[in-house]
Amino acid sequence: MNFLVGHYNYEVVILLMMVGFYILISRGNLVKKLLGLSLFQTSVFIMYISLGKVAGGTAPILMGGHGGDDHAAEDAGGHAVGGADQAAEVLGNAAAEVAQAAGQTAEAAGHASGAGEVLYSNPLPHVLILTAIVVGIATTAVGLSLVIRIKESYGTIEEDEIHDMDESL
Amino acid sequence: MSEHLPVLLVVVPLLAAPVAALVPHPRVAWAITVGAAGWALYAATGLLGRVMEEGVIRYELGGWSPPLGIEYRVDAVNAWVILIVATIGAITALYALRSVERELERDRIPLFYAAFILCMTGLLGIAVTGDVFNVFVFLEISSLSAYGLIAMGQDRRALTSSYQYLIMGSVGATFIVIGIGLMYGMTGTLNMMDLAERLPAVMDTRTIPVAFAFLTVGFSLKLALFPLHLWLPNAYTFAPSTVTAFIASTATKVAVYMMLRFFFTVFGAAFAFDVMNVDMILLPLSLVAIFSMSLVAIYQDNAKRLLAYSSVAQIGYMVLGISFATVMGLTAGIIHLFNHALMKAVLFMALGAVFYRVGSVELEAMRGLGKRMPWTMGAFVAGGLSLIGVPLTVGFISKWYLITGALEKGWWPVAVLVLITSLMAVIYVWKVIEVAYFHEFPGSEDDDGALEAPLALLIPTWALVFVNVYFGVDASLTSRIAGDAARILLGEGAP
Repeated sequence: MNFLVGHYNYEVVILLMMVGFYILISRGNLVKKLLGLSLFQTSVFIMYISLGKVAGGTAPILMGGHGGDDHAAEDAGGHAVGGADQAAEVLGNAAAEVAQAAGQTAEAAGHASGAGEVLYSNPLPHVLILTAIVVGIATTAVGLSLVIRIKESYGTIEEDEIHDMDESL
Repeated sequence: MSEHLPVLLVVVPLLAAPVAALVPHPRVAWAITVGAAGWALYAATGLLGRVMEEGVIRYELGGWSPPLGIEYRVDAVNAWVILIVATIGAITALYALRSVERELERDRIPLFYAAFILCMTGLLGIAVTGDVFNVFVFLEISSLSAYGLIAMGQDRRALTSSYQYLIMGSVGATFIVIGIGLMYGMTGTLNMMDLAERLPAVMDTRTIPVAFAFLTVGFSLKLALFPLHLWLPNAYTFAPSTVTAFIASTATKVAVYMMLRFFFTVFGAAFAFDVMNVDMILLPLSLVAIFSMSLVAIYQDNAKRLLAYSSVAQIGYMVLGISFATVMGLTAGIIHLFNHALMKAVLFMALGAVFYRVGSVELEAMRGLGKRMPWTMGAFVAGGLSLIGVPLTVGFISKWYLITGALEKGWWPVAVLVLITSLMAVIYVWKVIEVAYFHEFPGSEDDDGALEAPLALLIPTWALVFVNVYFGVDASLTSRIAGDAARILLGEGAP
């Protein structure tokens, strides 16, 4: 039961994905197919976003102090509090990378945790998915403009009617 | 400047695309396209030369060191793929001028060239990058522009086939993103080399096999592996001739490269083939693809559609080579990437020249063309011989390696099937040749004179015919690179 509740984000993703995919396969209307495709893609966006979310975490904005030391401490804080959550594991890895970039080892950052720790979500999946959202919009736009031109030249956007018209040629 | 070649390879065409879209005159847009493609070819040969001399090139984008920053990483495998895309890109760009003027309305031509450059940029980007999310972004750049290019075909069925490709292609790309997301969730990295290091620690989880499955299906959709090839025949048939020649020779090849890269570099051959047993899926599917699609090709009445089905069969040969998972098999697959690109480009360009003069590539309309368009049909015959695998053409080299690879594994029925399907290629290529050379031209009263295509179409086509024969006679360069690439992928004594 805990397993089910603890992974509700993935359940939403799977449900949306299946609904979108089903619409995509079963509908003959070209616009509805695109809707299904959009839904399908959106479910993946949610997967990425929930992957990077840490319970109770805030946006990854530098709070208080400046400089490499504080930065690393914050990262370590995120690592420590996240605990067993899988998303935090991801964060831990990302935090280790940031710590490396700041010229510190992950261990050193661990020792520094304590002062001014802020829990925040992993921003990288969110940034990635911004790109994917743009791609999704572009796909939908290209698809819809194709549908417009199909409507102009066939007079219909029902797949089976288009198929019949092509066959009768 | 040469140290920045990996990124300039992509950035220069990327900047050229909007310029080509904005210039009012079609020929100026064309000149920009040729410039961009020529630059890509220059950069590609430069990269390949450096890789062969110095080994792997690593380029840190913006000076951010991986795994935090995006890394472009070029070894023999992708230097080779980059060269394929750039070569075909440059030659089809030259070819485009007259063909596009004939097939497209004037005000659409600059937009066509912009999409063409973008498509090439996306394919080059997939090949050059060492970052898995970057692969997805470039994949979508190339795919979206390809949908647009296909939709510019004259027939209204170009629209529906482009739509079909968009739906299936987007599903494939989304599957790839899911796979990448799952891998990222488990490892926290997107860099290919970094993934290869971190994945073994989490191989036992259920997530990584799922990611692998999503990626495999996604790539199979993109490379049109039977039975996920349904978008391909229509898209190739109704796209403008230049687009068919370009996409048929590059897009599926780059998808095959993605598959190679993820299977062998990211997951490792041991995981892909010993744990996941992906060869148990690829082998039967590729054999069915080769056999059934060659059979379907025989029954086509449209020369372009015939070659499109033949393409699905030829992709089967490449995947067959991959499924061997031996140095010989991979060498066969990789060398066939290049060789098939060469022969299919020649064939589709010859058909483009036929379309330029006759206005149709239905077999019915091609009667008697052997006498009327001797150079065009000569190129078609040369490409067809290469497709069959006649000695002294590149097709022979591919088949040779493939059959050697099959026999090395002791799979002699596979070798026999490869030979049988080569005979089927004889049948469908012969269908076109018979119509062109042995059927009389029906309406001979007004124009029985020569109908030869303009030199602007013939020169690029024959340049590729020459390359076909050159690498068919002297395959030492191609087989050396393909062999190096196969050894790198299998991790056996990378040079």
